[in-house]
Amino acid sequence: MAPILALLIKESRLEIRRKSVISGLALYLFSTVFIYYITFNLRQNLITPLVWSALFWVTILFSSINTIAKSFIGEKRGLDIYFYSVVSPDVIILAKLLYNFFLCVLLALGGFGLFVLFIANPVGDHLIFLTTIILVCWGFSASLTLLSGIAAKANNSNVLMTVLSFPVVISVLLLAIKVTKNCIDNLDRSVSYDELITLMAINCLVTAASYLLFPYIWRS
Amino acid sequence: MKKSWWKILSVVLLIYTVVGGFLIPVPRLDIVNETIRALYFHVPMWFAMVFMFIASTYFAIQYLRKPNNLHDIYSNAFATIGIVLGILGIVTGMIWANYTWGSPWHGDPKQNGAAIALLVYFAYFILRGSVNNQEQRARLSAAYNVFAFAAMIPLIFIIPRMMSSMHPGNGGNPGFNTYDLDSKMRLVFYPAVIGWGLLGTWIATLLIRIELVKEKIEFIEDENAK
Repeated sequence: MAPILALLIKESRLEIRRKSVISGLALYLFSTVFIYYITFNLRQNLITPLVWSALFWVTILFSSINTIAKSFIGEKRGLDIYFYSVVSPDVIILAKLLYNFFLCVLLALGGFGLFVLFIANPVGDHLIFLTTIILVCWGFSASLTLLSGIAAKANNSNVLMTVLSFPVVISVLLLAIKVTKNCIDNLDRSVSYDELITLMAINCLVTAASYLLFPYIWRS
Repeated sequence: MKKSWWKILSVVLLIYTVVGGFLIPVPRLDIVNETIRALYFHVPMWFAMVFMFIASTYFAIQYLRKPNNLHDIYSNAFATIGIVLGILGIVTGMIWANYTWGSPWHGDPKQNGAAIALLVYFAYFILRGSVNNQEQRARLSAAYNVFAFAAMIPLIFIIPRMMSSMHPGNGGNPGFNTYDLDSKMRLVFYPAVIGWGLLGTWIATLLIRIELVKEKIEFIEDENAK
């Protein structure tokens, strides 16, 4: 547990020190939402609740892919050899998963705030929506972290990262969009339970797969 | 001859499937009518595809446990055949959908899930293409193969069952179980599943042999170059 915590602290310290990365992300998110705002400005009524949820999740998907991709792709050569000699791969993947999860939640909440500010807030049931955000962020971080590790080892990693991750995260995204629709329509909570439980199950599956497979891609 | 009995069996079963599938009487149902015969081609192809992907994942796991180039070749060959069967399955499904649903692509959850599952395996081949180091390619693609298979399970087995779908077997639409009374359809269906599965395995073994011969040629050329 202690090494995981140490790695987590190291990651967040690095992030705070290199302010350009995190502010770049914030600006990315802001620009995206602002572009939506300007494009839809003339016809506000075009943003029906369903369009809102599609826009929201696509934005979150793209910004999380960009964020999580750099967890392995941007790293300096030789750094991984150092870590390899200090800690076991299990610790590294768990620390990265947790860190990416927190970053993703931050991103999603920030995105939600911007959407409320600039576009609208059609969500009726905030508790279920928040649960969905947390579960989706968990799913994203679990699947994208491993894929970032795979893509980092290949040529043209950035393109590869997108190609590899889209099909894998789509099942998470489909369920998220469905629950969001329930939240927007203010349906009874029991309607969404099935989807949330399935989302949880998928997350567990993907997390277990990442945890088991990471030691193999790490060794090189 | 002793070893090739299953190849002969595959050919016999598939000839039986094609002949029996078109000639043996089928139950008359509204809308579906004669298109019910797609069951002998479309569904067994999907079954065979799942078998091939399971085999591919099995060899990927084997590779991760014991890095042996042979496992990588096996895994790649089975994935290739799996994707060919998947494309055939999706095309036969589209032909069927064109006559029963009115359009080849209907946006049904099962269709979308199937298309995404194929995308996952296309990404697998792109990954293989973009790593130059042979050993690293084998390891990375094996890891992605296992991961993709895990991610594919909810896509084709769970989510389509949660959403309303017009696909037979979903949401009160007639599925295979409805024909329990008509065991004649099973007489063709099960041989078809075995036949397509064996044919897939046969083609996979051919691919593996081609790969091995290629490797041998490269090895000999390297030796001569020295």
